[in-house]
Amino acid sequence: MSNPNINWAAIDSNPKFQALHRKKTFFLWGLMVFSIIYYFMLPIGAAYYQELFKTKVWGVINVGILFALSEFVVAWTIAFVYSRKANAEFDAMAQEIINDVNSGSMK
Amino acid sequence: MSKNVTYFFMAAIALLGSTAAYAAGGAVADEFKWMTFTVFGVIIAITMAITFWAARSTHTTSEFYAAGRSVSGIQNGWAIAGDYLSAASFLGIAGLISLYGYDGFMYSVGWLVAYITVLLVIAEPCRNIGKYTMGDILAFRNDPKKTKTVAALSTITVSTFYLTAQMVGGGVLIKTLIGIDYEISVIGVGILMLAYVVFGGMKATTWVQITKAVLLVAASLILVFLVWMPYGFSLPGYLQSVVGDADVQKQVAKLLGDKAATMTPEELGQRFLEPGLFLKNPIDQISLGLALVLGTAGMPHILMRFFTVPTAQAARTSVIWAMGIIGGFYVLTLFLGTGAAMLVGPDKIASVDAGGNMAGPLLAQFLGGGADSMMGNFMLAFVAAVAFATIVAVVAGLVLAAASAMAHDIYVGVIRGDHATPKEQVVAARVASVIVGMIAITVGILAKGQNVAHLVALAFAVAASSNLPAVFLTLYWKKCNTTGILLGMVVGSLTAIGLVMVSPNMTYPKAVIASANKVLNGESAVPAKEAQPAVERSSFMCELFALDGCVLAKPAQAATAEKPAKLGAAEKLAGLNAKLATLEPALVSISDATAKATAEADIAKVKKDIAATEKAKAKAEDDLKKFEGQTTSIMGLEKPFFLLKNPGLISIPLGFLLVILGSLFTRDKRAEEMWDELYVRQNTGINAEAASAH
Repeated sequence: MSNPNINWAAIDSNPKFQALHRKKTFFLWGLMVFSIIYYFMLPIGAAYYQELFKTKVWGVINVGILFALSEFVVAWTIAFVYSRKANAEFDAMAQEIINDVNSGSMK
Repeated sequence: MSKNVTYFFMAAIALLGSTAAYAAGGAVADEFKWMTFTVFGVIIAITMAITFWAARSTHTTSEFYAAGRSVSGIQNGWAIAGDYLSAASFLGIAGLISLYGYDGFMYSVGWLVAYITVLLVIAEPCRNIGKYTMGDILAFRNDPKKTKTVAALSTITVSTFYLTAQMVGGGVLIKTLIGIDYEISVIGVGILMLAYVVFGGMKATTWVQITKAVLLVAASLILVFLVWMPYGFSLPGYLQSVVGDADVQKQVAKLLGDKAATMTPEELGQRFLEPGLFLKNPIDQISLGLALVLGTAGMPHILMRFFTVPTAQAARTSVIWAMGIIGGFYVLTLFLGTGAAMLVGPDKIASVDAGGNMAGPLLAQFLGGGADSMMGNFMLAFVAAVAFATIVAVVAGLVLAAASAMAHDIYVGVIRGDHATPKEQVVAARVASVIVGMIAITVGILAKGQNVAHLVALAFAVAASSNLPAVFLTLYWKKCNTTGILLGMVVGSLTAIGLVMVSPNMTYPKAVIASANKVLNGESAVPAKEAQPAVERSSFMCELFALDGCVLAKPAQAATAEKPAKLGAAEKLAGLNAKLATLEPALVSISDATAKATAEADIAKVKKDIAATEKAKAKAEDDLKKFEGQTTSIMGLEKPFFLLKNPGLISIPLGFLLVILGSLFTRDKRAEEMWDELYVRQNTGINAEAASAH
């Protein structure tokens, strides 16, 4: 509680914060919607596209097994993509805002 | 404090010694039980040492609830994995794969995808805004007393459902593995878990979870290494031998019934790697998937883990690690499950536990050299001990979450109006832990023999329908306010619970009595049927509810031959015994070695059939006695009204909708005024709760 008299509304309307907010919203919603659609393709495919899921592609391995395994790869990739973006970009933008608040240039 | 821990440690050893004397039966042979107890003892000793060490630095409220916010991201990632990989996922999913192949593996996917929601929308904002509980997050811009009360009630409800499933599952598991009485197992788990929580708070709980996660991953890696090695770590080569395995083919034939008659053994084996052997209703699965993907992010014991790290960045790191560990573990279960199916056999797995929970432990025993070998039993003992540690760790996390809701939200926040001294707060937290722990033990003993498997799914459904809409909307929607949150949480959770009460998860005496009568009295012959065309359902609502005039969709059916009548249990037994009476005397006169072996195998098979029939008969008689004179479920229904097992499809959208409607139709000045502060803080971490200095 270093600075109890922060003007939150001023920070909220500051262009730097607005830029962070826009970038984050776009990026997070994109990933979230994609991951949900990709996940539900699995039960839907297993129920309504059984012939496709049963198609053998590599020895006894069929499309269904590869698709289920791809769910893991996609989940990990989303986590990796998000953390890279957040570590490289969002954290720096947030830190800049914090520095401005602490130095008094944003109040 | 440390003196108390010492006493506790001695009491735990005494308890362990006394249980060893009572143990008889179970998967571990009596002559090797000492080994199981030694491994159990070592693991208990390690966790007690952790508690002893943690208790020395657990004095303040922040230390008790949040481990002083000193847990690193990687440590927290392991702890989240330890918290999440309950016995249900450790033993249950491997079991499902061993019995049903592909569907079991597909089932595991949702449990990992759930963490994407946690990572993207929940972990970092919660770290920046929250203090100790979900109630703190909701109270930030809403009426603190009202939201904390509802948040605490919801937390306690979710935790109790999950706890009951864990306690009952744990009691049954320990009984099946080493034959310790159910009640003693439940009390033992309860006392150990209370020791961690009461003395060591979050720090001990965290490290117990880390220890357990490391043991679990290590055990699984060893087993998978041994299963996969003979195939040179080739995936197609390995799965080829799964498909070609006779036990697997037999299991698929059993699951498919009549349809299997026209299939070749290769086709049967391949079917094991295809969907549809277990999960029959896609709408139910989507409903469950929704509850998992949105419910995990609303699980109070998972949310609480993010208050233990020093920064939002560390919260992010912890989810990434958790996703790596949890996902990697589920990939390993594919090998554990199929390996158990191939090496142990689905028949044998199901004969020890119908749900397949023993697949992992039995596989360990086989890989070590079998039931009579020292190494086999050591491996079994190790896996059993990991399972035991799993239950204790998960239960400890849940008790801590429920206790913090009771002490921090209700007692300190609502009753004392946030005016409690630090010392009072810590005392309240410890007292609440003891209360919740006692409740967990009592509920665990009372629920003995009940079907509690659906309680885990229900806990996720309530979390997704009540906690997540409230937390999500208060963090991301400016107009969200107190009225919306109260309305959404209450209606969301009551809808989820209400739908399950009228769902197929409940017991319907009429159906039980009818199937018991079938077993006892036999079935009359079914005449041959002509091919039936597919039937369209009358409306989508008919898939969800048993409404008047509903016609359910049916796929086209091929013509079936006449099915002969089935004998009642008593006649069947008489027949089998008569067969045995002719087979056994004949054995003496057979001199040819091969013929003798065949005859002996026949006798063994008949004996097995007799045992199975007797078991089925006893169960049917028991059921008839239990449900005599009853016609309706506890809700007064003869058959389910809601047709899905998982209520999420209805209750989750309803929860969201009511938070939105309640917020739109009322105005709350404080909620609007605080929005700027909440939004800036959740994104930047300014003024976030700092780590306490040590």
